[in-house]
Amino acid sequence: MRQSLRIENLHASVDGHEILKGLTLEVPKGEVHAIMGPNGSGKSTLSKVIAGHEAYTVTEGAVFLDDLNLLDLEIDERSRAGFFLAFQYPHEIPGVSNANFIRAARQARLPKGQEIDAVAFYREMYAKMDELGMDRKFTARSVNEGFSGGEKKRNEILQMMMLEPRYAILDETDSGLDIDALKIVAQGVNAMRSPERGFLVITHYQRLLDYIVPDVVHVLHDGRIIHTGGKELAYELEEKGYDWIINEPVAA
Amino acid sequence: MPDSATLEAVTIDQDEGNFSYPEDYAHDAGYGLDESTVDYISNIKGEAEWIREFRQKALKVFFAKPMPTHWASKDLENIIFKDIRYYLSKGQAPTRSWDEVPDDVKKTFERLGIPEKERKYLAGVEAQFDSEAAYSNVKEELTKEGVIFVNSTEGLREHPEIFRKWFGKVIPTGDNKFSALNSAVFSGGSFIYVPPGVKVKHPLQAYFRINAENFGQFERTLIIVDEGAEVTYMEGCTAPKFETATLHSAVVELVAMKDAKIQYITVQNWSNNVFNLVTKRGLAHENAEIRWIDCNIGSRLTMKYPGVIMKGRKARGEVISIALANDGQHQDTGAKMIHAADETTSNIVAKSISVGTGRSTYRGQVHIPKHLKGCKNNTECDALLINASSRTDTYPAITVRGNQHATQHEASVSQVSEDQIFYMKQRGLSEGEAMSLSVNGFVNDLVREFPMEYSVELKRLIDMEMEGSVG
Repeated sequence: MRQSLRIENLHASVDGHEILKGLTLEVPKGEVHAIMGPNGSGKSTLSKVIAGHEAYTVTEGAVFLDDLNLLDLEIDERSRAGFFLAFQYPHEIPGVSNANFIRAARQARLPKGQEIDAVAFYREMYAKMDELGMDRKFTARSVNEGFSGGEKKRNEILQMMMLEPRYAILDETDSGLDIDALKIVAQGVNAMRSPERGFLVITHYQRLLDYIVPDVVHVLHDGRIIHTGGKELAYELEEKGYDWIINEPVAA
Repeated sequence: MPDSATLEAVTIDQDEGNFSYPEDYAHDAGYGLDESTVDYISNIKGEAEWIREFRQKALKVFFAKPMPTHWASKDLENIIFKDIRYYLSKGQAPTRSWDEVPDDVKKTFERLGIPEKERKYLAGVEAQFDSEAAYSNVKEELTKEGVIFVNSTEGLREHPEIFRKWFGKVIPTGDNKFSALNSAVFSGGSFIYVPPGVKVKHPLQAYFRINAENFGQFERTLIIVDEGAEVTYMEGCTAPKFETATLHSAVVELVAMKDAKIQYITVQNWSNNVFNLVTKRGLAHENAEIRWIDCNIGSRLTMKYPGVIMKGRKARGEVISIALANDGQHQDTGAKMIHAADETTSNIVAKSISVGTGRSTYRGQVHIPKHLKGCKNNTECDALLINASSRTDTYPAITVRGNQHATQHEASVSQVSEDQIFYMKQRGLSEGEAMSLSVNGFVNDLVREFPMEYSVELKRLIDMEMEGSVG
């Protein structure tokens, strides 16, 4: 069995426009890969398609989570199978406390009839909130409601830590974060790096990659990966922009 | 558009109350309604002449009044009065021990968990099966303090000096067609008196159960809380689901004397073949407080607008209303606040949820006349629509005359967005769980107003409604 998040020749469209045009990429377990690319290259579409957003139609290709074909599963089944998406714009859920939401998500992973140990759950959540520098009051507040941009992103990482996925995509988690928040979020992600877990970090800026150092960097352009390199590629892109790669013939 | 999973997830599950026992009645007024039906009921109860006259007069008013279809749902026309039975009972007085309750009735209430709740946290229970209470008991210490908790027949017979004075005074017979109907054929319900200064710590509970098909339940409740006294009354109800329509039409009158407090809590979970047409109103004297906490989850059509007449200075009225209209249901609910003294305060918070083809309507009436001063009203009504085919309407009527008052009105309509559900599903929640959590979130601040035990039950009912048969 291949232990990886594998995207094979993925084609996806929205409202009849093809956005992903044969995207292929593999994140082996234990590695952190970054996807960089100019605006409109399809970065956010990729994360939504893998999560199963109904606005997108997959016309060709496959996505595997280890040996599981994700595209055969419902959105929630993908999540419970071990896939997590840290949203670029996390949604608000009025009236539902953060603690209840995370607890419900954890409960959804238990066999029928088995109940969460509430005391252990809170102990664990408080410890993780401490790591992320989140005030305890965020347990009682409605999910993301009235949170600042940085608080929302921290909350995404908190959920990721509580749900312990096998593979996670962080979709522009650095946008809207000041440098201190960025460091804390990166610390949370780094603490979760393990041989048992793979990450795909989507970002517009090299800045985040100073703190979450990737093993591999991919460049996405016009719905395809057009270049792949080591972590130093991020610096090169920062310095020279994307044009020098875009104008190259597509790497095999 | 929601997919089939959503539609499946939100189908009604009222299985809990959906069972019935074979009919075995000693008294049956038969089908249809005329003067002899009213006499039959009055005879069985051995009522005083003035009550018989009250009933017969009410019957005339009922026949004379048109159906209020000019403003309310045309569905009312589907009530076939001649096909309904107006009185069914086993001919046994309510007992004070569950052991003496007829077996099928006892089993019914055990299945609904009533005796268990009584042991845990109630000060008194009355359990009505069709037309009459089968069980009625109140904790001994309350009896010693002079608290009376009986059914309407017993209340009017044994304690006329207390109840006659207010009976039919807060809600006159002719208030509307259905209050007239109730006044003609009423049976069962709770008559409660709390003497001055007595604060009843635990709630008194009534449970109304319809067992028979083609039947109408017409309980009558009158609660009088004397000066400085306090009580919380809670009512619940269920019925099995029959093919034909069932009618439930109650009249509930509350009287809070000076400095008294009444909290009246309803969790209405009738099966969705029940027409639930109820008139509820309270009279608050000086510095008294009446709160209606009203939750409507069941029934086919509910029309209910609990009201408070603030008659004394500084009286307060409040209505907290939650309505959940699922496929095929119409919850037509609201509140009525009549300010009739200076410095009176009223508050209305109503939240409704419409699912599938469910329809919810808010009707509010706030009346502050010109000659008063220092009155306040706050009205908030929020509607949540789950599907594109769901419907909500709001008819607020706030008449404030004079310029020495403060009123505030807010209304909103929102929809659970697909992106919110997507976000929740990405965390591993099924569509049903996501919907259920969203709906519970929407009403969360109001559910907190319920005593602990009931808020837990309410959440469970909402979960059941939203998740339906999806595992």
